[in-house]
Amino acid sequence: MESIFFLVVAAVAVISSILVVTCKNPINSALSLVMTFFCLATFYVMLDAPFMAATQVIVYAGAIMVLIIFVIMLLNVRAESGKRGSHAVFAGSVLGLFALFQTVWFLSKGSMTGATGTMDKAQIISVGHVELIGKALFTDFLLPFEITSVLLLAAIVGAVILAKKKI
Amino acid sequence: MLAIENYLILSAILFSIGTIGVLTRRNAIVIFMCIEMMLNAVNLTFIAFSRHLGNIDGQVFVFFVMTVAAAEAAVGLALMIAFFKNRESIDVEDINLMKL
Repeated sequence: MESIFFLVVAAVAVISSILVVTCKNPINSALSLVMTFFCLATFYVMLDAPFMAATQVIVYAGAIMVLIIFVIMLLNVRAESGKRGSHAVFAGSVLGLFALFQTVWFLSKGSMTGATGTMDKAQIISVGHVELIGKALFTDFLLPFEITSVLLLAAIVGAVILAKKKI
Repeated sequence: MLAIENYLILSAILFSIGTIGVLTRRNAIVIFMCIEMMLNAVNLTFIAFSRHLGNIDGQVFVFFVMTVAAAEAAVGLALMIAFFKNRESIDVEDINLMKL
């Protein structure tokens, strides 16, 4: 039952991600991308990560995609008149398929290490997923968390300068 | 529970589709969206490994990837608007100021 559900959602994810690449109108691409994000949120729930699923929907499908669609509307981008030259499309597709082949090949050759941590499903249910992530974020990953705030500040300042100055 | 290979292969497929999009499209916003898709494919790998290895660290990294994606969206879209104001286009083939 679970594998059938996985296959259906995976098929939807792959089809909508192909639509992102092939649609001529950027708005259709953006809406397909939202569909892909929702499918990925479903997988996060299947992998016992409900908080990451909620964050995926709120941050990616909510905030970032709204920003992208806003910019598409603001710039009034028309549908692409012509694609790139057929050489570029061919070379790009070959490179992408080669990357896929390589990944699947290494995946089929490799084997898992026996390493295991302490987190399991019972712990997620009893302690709570948010609490587990919060504890990791504020103990082991405190320095990266603080650096994240500097990164966001730099991004805000950069966006304001780009929007304000006459470039 | 499904084997981790299913999630890894799905993630590889999504990443490759994103790569093809970045290499073949001309519209800068579509290229941007394909980059977001590649980041999401990597996030799926992180969470699958986190579940498989019983370690929460992968999910914390997903958190950081989302932060970087948000910062990238803010700056990248501001750059595109600035470019559009000058050139009336966001075709990547028009971005050639540095060309000799």
